[in-house]
Amino acid sequence: MSSVGAPPPVTPAPPVTPAPSKSWTVKVREKGVEALPPERLLPDGQPTYVASWIYVFGVASIASLVVIIGSGSILALKGPAWWHYTSLGLFFNSIHMWSVELFFFVMVVHLWGKYWMAAWRGGRGRVWVTGAITFLIAVPAALTGYVSQQNFDAQWISTQAKDGLNSVGVGAFFNVTNFGQMYSWHILLLPIAVVVLVSAHVLLVRNNGVVPPFELDEKLAGAPAASPGGDGSAPASTGAQS
Amino acid sequence: MGSVMGAIINLNNPAHTVDWHFIHLSVANVVVIVLMLIVFLLAILLPFPGAAEREAARRSGGAS
Repeated sequence: MSSVGAPPPVTPAPPVTPAPSKSWTVKVREKGVEALPPERLLPDGQPTYVASWIYVFGVASIASLVVIIGSGSILALKGPAWWHYTSLGLFFNSIHMWSVELFFFVMVVHLWGKYWMAAWRGGRGRVWVTGAITFLIAVPAALTGYVSQQNFDAQWISTQAKDGLNSVGVGAFFNVTNFGQMYSWHILLLPIAVVVLVSAHVLLVRNNGVVPPFELDEKLAGAPAASPGGDGSAPASTGAQS
Repeated sequence: MGSVMGAIINLNNPAHTVDWHFIHLSVANVVVIVLMLIVFLLAILLPFPGAAEREAARRSGGAS
């Protein structure tokens, strides 16, 4: 039996640096993963300061928006005769209208809460701006819905609104007495804008983390090297944020 | 349902408004604004379920 000696030395392969890809899909993927790694995009924990009712109204706004989009899709498929003259149509019409009321209600409380905690702190300016623009876009989204009802209420609102809109010079291309135009704005253009902005808003919150309370922010700013999660906040690497 | 609500609240009249200097609001809008203020205050003041336990766990070295 021959003796077994030491295996021959294996020369490690020289490290190969992959050539930078020119593909835009690779660049987008790498930028996306860098900005929002999976544990930050879908975290499984929250900082302890998020355990407050005032942090609930953002997700309540999203929940209302989901109901708005769902009920609005059904109304769009069935049409005005259905939503005016059938009991089920009237039910979905009411669901759509009251979910809009709830959307604005909770969005305003969310806005107040974030205003008084200065939620634009810590490089969160884009979060604040996308939220503010969403609110501003939601207003004409609701107005175009009221003037798309196909009833006397819609006639009254549109004829009242046209003078105000004409006075600021937008009546030529945003004509509230033109049902077809208003309906297109209401069920296509403005909902797309709201959903895109809300999506961007949520992704920016995921990227930046929920704004901490003032006292915690000051404490962390004064600390030379804050321990991860030591004060209830979690660094981005833990994913414990929303 | 509409007839039931109609029996409770008579809507067959001009809107009631609140007027103060240049401020001109319908009562319905004032009610909604007051409700939003109440909900805002309650959201700040009311304790969130489980918040105290989470804070105690964090202070004792547990997960945040």
